[in-house]
Amino acid sequence: MRGAGRGRARWQQRVAGLIYLLPLLFLVLFFFYPLVEILTLSLAPEGKLDLAPFRRLLTDPYFARLLGFTTGQALLSTILTLLAGMPAAYVFARYDFRGKSLLRALTTIPFVMPTMVVAAAFTALLGPQGHLNRWLMAVLGLDAPPIHLQHTLALVLLAHVFYNAAIIVRLVGGFWTHLDPRIEEAARVLGASRWRTFREVTLPILSPAIVAASLLVFLFCFTSFGVILVLGGPQLATIEVEIYYQAVPLFNLPLAAALSIMQMIFTFAVMAVYTRIQARTAMPLNLRPAEATQRRLPPLRDGSRQAWQARMVVWASLGGLLILLLAPLLALIARSFSLEGSFTLRYYEALFTNPFQSYFYVPPAEAIRNSMLIAGATVALSLTVGLISAYLLSGPTSPLKALLDPLFMLPLGTSAVTLGFGYIVALDQPPLNLRTSPLLLPLAHTLVAFPFVVRSLLPALRGMNPHWREAAGVLGASPARVVREIDLPIVARALLVGAVFAFTVSVGEFGATLLIARPNFPTMPVVIYRLLGAQGALNQGQGLAMSTLLMIVCAVGFILIERFRVGEIGEF
Amino acid sequence: MLLEVNSVSKSFSGTPVLSDISFHAEEGEIVCLLGPSGCGKTTLLRIIAGLETADSGQVRFGGRSLDEVPVHRRDFGLMFQDYALFPHRDVAANVAFGLRMQALPREDVEARTSEMLALVGLSGYGHRRVYALSGGEQQRVALARSLAPDPRLLMLDEPLGSLDRALREELMNELRAILNRVGVTAIYVTHDQQEAFAVADRVIIMDRGRIVQQGTPQAVYCQPASPWVARFLGLTNLIPGRVISLEPPQVDTSLGPIALRELERIAVGQGVTVLIRPEAALLDGEGSAQQGVALEGTVRECSFRGGHYRLLIRHESGMDLAFELTSGAGSLPQRGDPIALALRPEAISLLEEEVHERSPTC
Repeated sequence: MRGAGRGRARWQQRVAGLIYLLPLLFLVLFFFYPLVEILTLSLAPEGKLDLAPFRRLLTDPYFARLLGFTTGQALLSTILTLLAGMPAAYVFARYDFRGKSLLRALTTIPFVMPTMVVAAAFTALLGPQGHLNRWLMAVLGLDAPPIHLQHTLALVLLAHVFYNAAIIVRLVGGFWTHLDPRIEEAARVLGASRWRTFREVTLPILSPAIVAASLLVFLFCFTSFGVILVLGGPQLATIEVEIYYQAVPLFNLPLAAALSIMQMIFTFAVMAVYTRIQARTAMPLNLRPAEATQRRLPPLRDGSRQAWQARMVVWASLGGLLILLLAPLLALIARSFSLEGSFTLRYYEALFTNPFQSYFYVPPAEAIRNSMLIAGATVALSLTVGLISAYLLSGPTSPLKALLDPLFMLPLGTSAVTLGFGYIVALDQPPLNLRTSPLLLPLAHTLVAFPFVVRSLLPALRGMNPHWREAAGVLGASPARVVREIDLPIVARALLVGAVFAFTVSVGEFGATLLIARPNFPTMPVVIYRLLGAQGALNQGQGLAMSTLLMIVCAVGFILIERFRVGEIGEF
Repeated sequence: MLLEVNSVSKSFSGTPVLSDISFHAEEGEIVCLLGPSGCGKTTLLRIIAGLETADSGQVRFGGRSLDEVPVHRRDFGLMFQDYALFPHRDVAANVAFGLRMQALPREDVEARTSEMLALVGLSGYGHRRVYALSGGEQQRVALARSLAPDPRLLMLDEPLGSLDRALREELMNELRAILNRVGVTAIYVTHDQQEAFAVADRVIIMDRGRIVQQGTPQAVYCQPASPWVARFLGLTNLIPGRVISLEPPQVDTSLGPIALRELERIAVGQGVTVLIRPEAALLDGEGSAQQGVALEGTVRECSFRGGHYRLLIRHESGMDLAFELTSGAGSLPQRGDPIALALRPEAISLLEEEVHERSPTC
């Protein structure tokens, strides 16, 4: 009896061990293996060691300029994003007012928008045929569009600020919210002016959060792809764009591989610096709930100077940012419904028809179907792998798990184009030939979504009191019943959030998809890219219409995430 | 008068927090704002510091209105409840902060900083991180930081509030000694009457945003202004009664008629409250033959507290009364024992208000 019980326990342990191996196996096959293949390709293109690709990278001044431009534009974007985001972070952290949660959500929406939607939105607002130019032409009576931002650095920077301001608002603002205002008050009483208090007390205490958020913004801008590809035009290229050009149109795979390696070394170096800084500047803070740190705006009927002043601060800090964030999206919607200044549904209708009756032509609507199928598969895959990983991480800590946690986050630091490129070089040949497999895209998307899914599940699992399970067991619930009655209901919300994350990531993923999607099986972002790059008002209009649809899908996803996520102090 | 607070009122989103508060503090005086949590005392402190603005009323300092003086120009010191030490600065930099704001030369800043650290007994702690300190040490750093710029007025908001009991006792005496040595004018906020009595020259008792009594600790303790104040000070023997005669002064209560030393401004027949302070009782026999009020009852509880023991007795009328008696060599009364006490007349006072049910919560 006892022997049998022990045997069963051992068997169960083995099965559990095997299940826990699944995420590792997944990472090894679909993350590390492609990266190793890229490395091999860069060092030994013909099967034997050949450093020619790297030699070219280091000697050709073109690549020095490429690295310089990539770093420079990322730095500029980061500084501008900080300037745009900090006032809003302050207002959200320190004031409480009606409509605040809505405004906060609005500032975050751009962050969840696919790059192609962002590119389309800025084209709709600031392009030669964009709203601003049309409006200025009409008002000033001009014959030609006065604003020429298409294919300029300014437009790229603007789009990067649009994209990343939410990171500053959320990460810095979130931290700021819980910072005890009495620390600042202490400085004031001791004789420091407002500005001096900010410089000597607030800023130093916020600096870990500011550095963390800035580095994240820097990394995103450093590996920016879709925005630069569409808005930057042929003149501007980041390393990421160059990898794509070398790999796909030019088919110089060894050079693309060497570029990928260079970029990876750079991003991992930045991440290493980041963790070092984080560890060194960490100071235990007495974090306080928002209710204790925020003040309500005084009602205006008091008519006091303070009430007006506080309102001015709030609106001056939020107004500009909100216009920058919302105008492109609204312009996108408006442009997708307007033809020559009047309302039209033509672009949307055209999405569903094949105007040329061409055999090779894929109607854009099919891309919607493709995207949905791939996203569905991605949700299933990433929830399976993510749930197992999150369970693994949520249990008692061990040295192995301390290693696993950053390992599971590693895909975040790898650029999408590199990943797609890795799939091209690794997964289209034996031993693992998935070139024609319908699973190739879901696998790539799962890898991108996986860190987000784990992060959404972990707080819920870690917040679970082990006594709840034990209590259910003592009350007579079998292990399976415990999972059904206790674990599932508690984790359900987090699972939903994880699923929506995976769905939105998959639907919007562009970099990897552009490299690995088969031409006759495009997804929505790929079709948008093709349509925006094509000539003719109808093509442009269809691109905007498709972008609007994609935007709505992601906005709905975002609302679901906001509604159901399990919050933790400081969690993004 | 150094500090004058003139009919200050403040409400937060329609709820009044302070109503018509007026008090003053003399040079070198330690004034204690005492009241249960939520009575508005911290808000009052913040208004004086300039961190909040009053809806109406005025704060004057040295004869000048503070209305237009911003926080950082008031030259006040404020010790926050959980100290609000700067987490990104070490101990010395925390103490030096206010001195640097005065743009003093570096040598002076350093000299004054070590002087302050020595004053609070933390010499040699200058380079420690503030979060690596114990609660008591943090409290000393906070005190040194607020005293360093030599403030014209020092405000302390529950300075011992986040310490455990044993440490509180020790630091309370030390704090009082330091404040006296420095000679600073101070406003001390607390909800603990022991602390207030030990530290203050004058106590201001607050309830729900109003001042209910001001006076020296002794005066307040001996003659609480109302049954509420009495209960808040831990005086629970409150007996409803009615004045039956003025000559000799006498009040009828459920304990029987109680003779008082004097009655002023009171009419016969008026409803009043008799307060018997716990130290009033003597075991009958000890100081017998005195002219005090005799009281008989049964012992309900007796707990030994070291120098004294606490006795809870039930009078035949059903009323419970608590007393503190000096421990002697003899054995303590046992539960259920009948007991006879003599009440010293000087420990009995009369409150003009009648007792009602609301009791202070701290």
